[in-house]
Amino acid sequence: MTAPAIAPTSDLRAPTADRGRRGHKPGQKPFGPMAVVSVVILVVLAVLWLLPFLWSLATSFKSETDAAATPQTWIPAGGFTLDAYRGVLEQGNIPVWLFNSLFTSIVITVIVVATSALVAYAFSRLDFRGKKWLYVATIASIIIPPQVLIVPLFYQMLAFDMVDTYWGIILPQAIAPAMVFVLKKFFDQVPIELEDAARVDGAGRIRVFFTILLPLSRPILGAVSIFVFIGAWNNFLWPFIVTNDASLLTLPVGLQTIESAYGIQYAQNMAAAVLAALPLILVFLFFQRQIIKGISTTGFGGQ
Amino acid sequence: MTSTTVKAPRATAERARSAARATDRTRASRGRRGPSDNRIGWGFAAPFTVLFAVFLVWPLLHGFYLSFTGQSLTGQGGELIGVANYAEAFADGDMWRSMLNTLWFTVLSTIPLVVVALVLAILVNTGLPGQWLWRLSFFLPYLLASTVVSLFWIQLYSPTLGPINNVLGTLGLPQPAWLQDPDTAMIAVVATTVWWTVGFNFLLYLAALQNIPDQQYEAASLDGAGRWRSLLSITIPQLGPTTGLIVILQVLASLKVFDQIYQMTTGGPAGSTRSAVQYIFDTGFTGYRFGYSSAISYIFFAVIVVISIAQFSITARNRKGAQK
Repeated sequence: MTAPAIAPTSDLRAPTADRGRRGHKPGQKPFGPMAVVSVVILVVLAVLWLLPFLWSLATSFKSETDAAATPQTWIPAGGFTLDAYRGVLEQGNIPVWLFNSLFTSIVITVIVVATSALVAYAFSRLDFRGKKWLYVATIASIIIPPQVLIVPLFYQMLAFDMVDTYWGIILPQAIAPAMVFVLKKFFDQVPIELEDAARVDGAGRIRVFFTILLPLSRPILGAVSIFVFIGAWNNFLWPFIVTNDASLLTLPVGLQTIESAYGIQYAQNMAAAVLAALPLILVFLFFQRQIIKGISTTGFGGQ
Repeated sequence: MTSTTVKAPRATAERARSAARATDRTRASRGRRGPSDNRIGWGFAAPFTVLFAVFLVWPLLHGFYLSFTGQSLTGQGGELIGVANYAEAFADGDMWRSMLNTLWFTVLSTIPLVVVALVLAILVNTGLPGQWLWRLSFFLPYLLASTVVSLFWIQLYSPTLGPINNVLGTLGLPQPAWLQDPDTAMIAVVATTVWWTVGFNFLLYLAALQNIPDQQYEAASLDGAGRWRSLLSITIPQLGPTTGLIVILQVLASLKVFDQIYQMTTGGPAGSTRSAVQYIFDTGFTGYRFGYSSAISYIFFAVIVVISIAQFSITARNRKGAQK
């Protein structure tokens, strides 16, 4: 997954648009034959989408012998066991990788959101020399695929002595021009009268930004944060290039090394994958509404 | 749209403020009315601008320079060699193969990633109970890191132990070697990609569907239109702009494919799934040919720019046509 390209959708300011849409479409029978067919197709597809999870989960609870036996069955001959999880956790790397992922993703998110909000405010409200030029450069850079920068960036990391450091993982991921665009568009929609009132009372730009604009922007800042966090958490290519030291790997990169390190241990591979999948699934279960809202409001991002 | 009504009071306030400060400003005495927030504006812009310049603009320019050198990781070959890298790349069969693989992957993945997302969204939007469960099922894979997805699917595609071939065997169907067979590897990788990322487009469609006004459906049903009729003459056309954007962004995302292919097949078997980004990676970080890798990066970048411009102009033309 790479830098998001974004176009804000129309309902930025109407976050309640999807309320009251639970029921069937007006004027149509709730359970006609079409509805029955829809339900059947939907159930089949949902099961199809969940099966890979369930199969991997089942494998992770098998013994290595059962996981390598033919033919494979859902319920192993030797019964379910926690051996694979014990084995993976005893190697001790997963908690370290988990910490690295969490730490780097949080720092990236904080830097991106803070710097993007500041510059977006400048683009939206302030009038300074070179603004137009900087804005055009920022928007144009949305088209640059981060993948084409890997060689010069690595070269730069060598020069800065940042290979195999947290900063080496973090800094090249700490810019998101698309998010600047999203925030600028949002700030443009906030009525300026709110700020003018405060400024008449003698508040400076900085105070107005922190006490008026930021509190109003909480939902969009939340959406942008979630986006950036998921992107950073799942990023593979850049951390894979810039780190070698096993104690600095992020979770996705660490997992990639697991297969070669453990040999073919099917149950342990699956246990490691399940453990790595858990944190974001938990995040999603807690913040489901915000994440879905974030994707439908900041619109076309991610990937 | 707000610019005319909103800007006026701001400009006045701005002028009043700078006038008040004019006495202790040397430049203000010139009387030229330039931008009034220079210092504070750059103050707000500075943190982003520094990161932007150092970690985006500079690498972009430096990469372009590198593409005209024979630079290697060891630091040798830094001198300019003209367009030799580009000449070599255009004659490099592996480079062309990786570009074609990328385009093929983009075609194969974009179609289902748009169509399946649309079908799922329409089905879920019919107002069935358990909305959160449907969203969860289809969106959950999107939250997984590529490595998790790859580990899951390597197992599922396993020729002997995988449940897919298990089922095919039970049904008496042929059991391909999936990732190990050049004929099926690309299809297998595409299927995994659809499973992994369709949830995102699905959510975008779902949001767009919920913005279609109910009145349109009510009017249609008063005119005696059934569900199919409403679907074809209201829902699909109303989703037009959303579909346009999803296609554009999906094509761009698919062109950049690397993670799951690298993890599942390392580009194999026999180079049949190696993508352009992987070729950049391989020449740069396995062959340590930074100069050559930079040249391929720029060729790839040019392809992306051309495709983006083509897509945007097609969409713009369609939109203009629709307004007539």
